[in-house]
Amino acid sequence: MLELRDIHFYYGHIHALQGVSMEVRPGQVVCLIGSNGAGKSSTLMAICGVNAVARGEILLEGEAIHAREPDEIVKRGICQVPEGRRIFPHLTVLENLEMGAFLRNDASGVKEDLDYVCSLFPVLHERRAQRGGTLSGGEQQMLAIARALMSRPRLLLLDEPSLGLAPRIIETIFEVLARIRDEGTGIFLVEQNAHLALNFSDWAYVMETGRIIMGDEPGVLRDSPAVREAYLGE
Amino acid sequence: MFAQQLVNGLVVGAVYALIALGYTLVYGILQLINFAHGEIYMIGAYVGIAVLAVLGTMGLTQTSLALSIVLVFLIPMIYCAAYGITLERVAYRPLRGAPRLSPLISAIGMSLFLQNYVQVVQGARDKAFPNLLELGSFQLFGAYVNGLQIFILVLAVGLMAALQLFIKKTKLGKAMRATAQDRTMASLVGVNVNRVIAFTFAIGSVMAAVAGVMVGMYYGIVNHHIGFVAGMKAFTAAVLGGIGNVTGALLGGFLLALLESFWAGYVSAVYKDIFAFMVLVVVLIFRPEGILGGSGGEADRT
Ligand SMILES: Nc1ncnc2c1ncn2[C@@H]1O[C@H](COP(=O)(O)OP(=O)(O)O)[C@@H](O)[C@H]1O
Ligand SMILES: [Mg+2]
Repeated sequence: MLELRDIHFYYGHIHALQGVSMEVRPGQVVCLIGSNGAGKSSTLMAICGVNAVARGEILLEGEAIHAREPDEIVKRGICQVPEGRRIFPHLTVLENLEMGAFLRNDASGVKEDLDYVCSLFPVLHERRAQRGGTLSGGEQQMLAIARALMSRPRLLLLDEPSLGLAPRIIETIFEVLARIRDEGTGIFLVEQNAHLALNFSDWAYVMETGRIIMGDEPGVLRDSPAVREAYLGE
Repeated sequence: MFAQQLVNGLVVGAVYALIALGYTLVYGILQLINFAHGEIYMIGAYVGIAVLAVLGTMGLTQTSLALSIVLVFLIPMIYCAAYGITLERVAYRPLRGAPRLSPLISAIGMSLFLQNYVQVVQGARDKAFPNLLELGSFQLFGAYVNGLQIFILVLAVGLMAALQLFIKKTKLGKAMRATAQDRTMASLVGVNVNRVIAFTFAIGSVMAAVAGVMVGMYYGIVNHHIGFVAGMKAFTAAVLGGIGNVTGALLGGFLLALLESFWAGYVSAVYKDIFAFMVLVVVLIFRPEGILGGSGGEADRT
């Protein structure tokens, strides 16, 4: 459903993405692993229209979207849960969720989805009147995922959702992600935690210094000596 | 004396507060001091004169006072909104990613340009603002209060309340707050950030236009310099309240005008303007974040 073809992107003179090509097939969970600074976040921001690509194309179901504004990309069903969660700190939890549904006009559907995301993460319902900035890291991650779901995405992009969280909370979050996947939403997962990502995915890419160096089934990558040494700490 | 200075201060405070809103809203979203904002206010007053002239020749000011009052505010509001949006598009958006000094220089440039432009088109001499509202005055606790002062205060406070409600409750208001807090994240949930920024300039300019017409009515004369002093005072008010904070701008506007009014009444009327800038300096030295500006810094906490 989503395809990147030879994407190049620069921060000023820094050539951060140097010809990235990859694909997310419908119904698949695809992950992208790679060490700090490889270009994973830059890739997600390019997909979302925040990073204007210098060369290459991004296709969503055949339509070129790389010259589109971020809001047009959300409209087409791609939503990102960015690195560091980026909760609106002075909006309440409920207002944060409402912002997730910013482009929707079906009030009753939005209401339903509010109930739905609160059933996924009951803590959000308890904290709905609290300001986003007062939540703990784990709660903020849950809110960030719930906020993205409020746009009813076809493809959810997640940037390091496990970063800095306790194992028990990571488990909760990945249970919910599994449920979202089973309900038919595509997931593109960026992770530094390669164990976690490979176990959860149907297909995996490895990125190094702005390039994709491998793309295969998780089992194959897990058996690859290079991946084992660099990313699985063996 | 006290009651009189209080009344005078409140009326001027309403004007400062309306203008200060524009500074604070734009700062909240772009961390930019829009130094051309005072000029928008001045242009609002001039458009008010033009509208009154047209209405006068049509005889509408005689036949339908209520409609005339609506038009003398509404048309400058629309006109200034267009000015504000254009200003952002031309002078600030192209510099969005540039170092902070560039948009600041652009702002000062636009301010000078608009001032001189109005001087060329309208002439350098004072222009009379035709008297529209003939309202009587009465005495209240020893102060003379006229109908125009009441009208200005009620209208200004009504607009401020409406704006607060708008920012708190509506979808677009929430998008403005979200954009102020994290612009990239707002775009990631589907907010068209450029449109929100343009809208923010429009709202600030609308408030400035209302203030311009009010001042025209209140003092009866307008010239192309009024934007500079009023702009600096309103900017001081915004900083005093905590720039980026909407409630702070309102508080700062009234507080500054009251301080000024009492200073003029009890100490020296001559040094009134200097006193206001002394306040600015003192605030910048001792509490640069202002009264309501707190820990968060950039974000708009309404
Ligand atoms: N805003 C930025 N300005 C300049 N360089 C950046 C910026 N963000 C990231 N980079 C650089 O781009 C490269 C890729 O970064 P990033 O995409 O964040 O990597 P990852 O998410 O894989 O850790 C890094 O070398 C990083 O230093
Ligand atoms: Mg990253």
